[in-house]
Amino acid sequence: MGGIDLSDGVHGRLAQLNAEYARAIDDDRLEEWPDFFAEPCLYTITSVDNYRQGLPLGVVYADSKAMLRDRVTALRRANIYERQAYRHVVGLPAILGESDGALRAETPFLVVRIMHDGRMDLFATGRYIDVLVEEAGALRFRERVVVCDSKRVDTLLAIPL
Amino acid sequence: MAISVPQRPWPVETLARVPYWVYQDPENYQRELRRIFEGDTWNFVCLEMDIPNAGDFRTNTVGALPVIVVRDTDGRINAFENRCSHRGALISFDDGGNVKQRFQCIYHAWSYNLRGDLTSIAFEKGSQGRGGMPPSFCKEEVSPRKLRTTTLCGLVFASLGDPPPIEDYLGEQILGRVKRVLRKPIRVLGRTVQVLPNNWKLYAENVKDTYHASLLHAFLGTFRLSRFTQAGGVLVSPDGAHHASTTIDRPEDRTSTAYRDQGIRTEQDGYRLEDPSVFDGVAEFGDDIKLQILTIFPSFVLQQIQNSLAVRQIVPKGLDSMELSWTYVGFEDDTPEMHRRRLKQSNLVGPAGFVSMEDGCVGGFVQRGTATAPDVLSVVNMGGEGAETQDTRATEASVRGFWKAYRRHMGY
Repeated sequence: MGGIDLSDGVHGRLAQLNAEYARAIDDDRLEEWPDFFAEPCLYTITSVDNYRQGLPLGVVYADSKAMLRDRVTALRRANIYERQAYRHVVGLPAILGESDGALRAETPFLVVRIMHDGRMDLFATGRYIDVLVEEAGALRFRERVVVCDSKRVDTLLAIPL
Repeated sequence: MAISVPQRPWPVETLARVPYWVYQDPENYQRELRRIFEGDTWNFVCLEMDIPNAGDFRTNTVGALPVIVVRDTDGRINAFENRCSHRGALISFDDGGNVKQRFQCIYHAWSYNLRGDLTSIAFEKGSQGRGGMPPSFCKEEVSPRKLRTTTLCGLVFASLGDPPPIEDYLGEQILGRVKRVLRKPIRVLGRTVQVLPNNWKLYAENVKDTYHASLLHAFLGTFRLSRFTQAGGVLVSPDGAHHASTTIDRPEDRTSTAYRDQGIRTEQDGYRLEDPSVFDGVAEFGDDIKLQILTIFPSFVLQQIQNSLAVRQIVPKGLDSMELSWTYVGFEDDTPEMHRRRLKQSNLVGPAGFVSMEDGCVGGFVQRGTATAPDVLSVVNMGGEGAETQDTRATEASVRGFWKAYRRHMGY
């Protein structure tokens, strides 16, 4: 695995990756969502309170692509929740640095949740704190820590952020 | 306590029927806050480890009553109403922190010691001989209301009323079930707050409802985490108020076809996890109880689902809203393997939990479903009409226990 060349349009590639990630979720192509991650990977959803205090546990914790796929399967086959969709609005990524062939970046997001009856709510805001690597010529998330600005979750969190 | 006679009489004697107005009536809600949360009950307010040192404090609510819980210089834990004696502002508006000697209201700088006594008033004697408080004013007479506190296995409870000591409040059996899990010093792994669109009692009932678990939560049933065909049961305290339900894991129970035979949604052939490490549980409590859910009336839950441990606090937020405050815990002496196991198994619970996700929405379905049916009665008849301990989970005994305790506190 070679290093990531910061001069090589990586900012644009990261923005494109974030856009594709958001589209996959918002278009209900959840089965594609695990493929944005490298193997092994870490995906967690937590709050800024936990993050600042160094508490490791949020509301989702997955450390393999198989666990991400299991979450999608559970949503499709086991879990019950009212039909709903997200609209992600993902901000511009800030590249924080590069080391050992991995890129560190942070990107703000905002997610509106749209219920089947038309109700819309601001469901989450926060930032993705990412570690990215090149895998087969593509950028993939080694880590995506979703740090929500609020510690509150309305009703339930089914679809990933 | 001066509470008027309830406007509505309870419609039936049996514990197996509950009127839906109990989730809708504003007068009844106010009565609950006074008679239950501010009455003779023990209410979870924080962990002991949240306030280890003198002056450490946390704020919380007991029902809707804002409280400050603080460690005194002598090591004791005090709790008092978070309301300034002067104009009623919150004395502390932080979640917690440390005060050296005193709390001071930001509005007019009235100060309180760590016991909640009003100790000083800014410009009490006025300025340059003018103004100030009348000489007859007595600070002791207006101090915030104080709550009794007690601790149990690292948990701190408070009461504005006069409940029996916590050990007697719970009874020997429930007490043993608390001690079974919280048997050594804990550490916090994370916290979250889930906002539920329903009356607080719908969650209090849900968490006591052993009947729904393997039916609503397909994940539990499918992966044999808890099924009626497994051994276990529900322990109900003699007064009905508290409960502990258990599922016991025995290999011979895993082959039953009872769910499939009844066409129940939660039985799905061919549904397997790719990464089963989320089920990589080990018996850490010296028994074969795989799952234990315990409640302490009115608002506390202790959860052991395999190795996922959490305490939950039910906080009423009006007639049709509540918050469920989750604190995930492990033990101080957890090995790295156990720590990781708890992190993974946390996927089972919380607002995004494979097992508990549905509990976030089902109370709202009841709230909406019963909107114009205040005088209709729900049917709480599984396992009979009593609220006694039963050796099955195909029962609503502990839900009836809730209503037994509720009616006693409320005067119904």
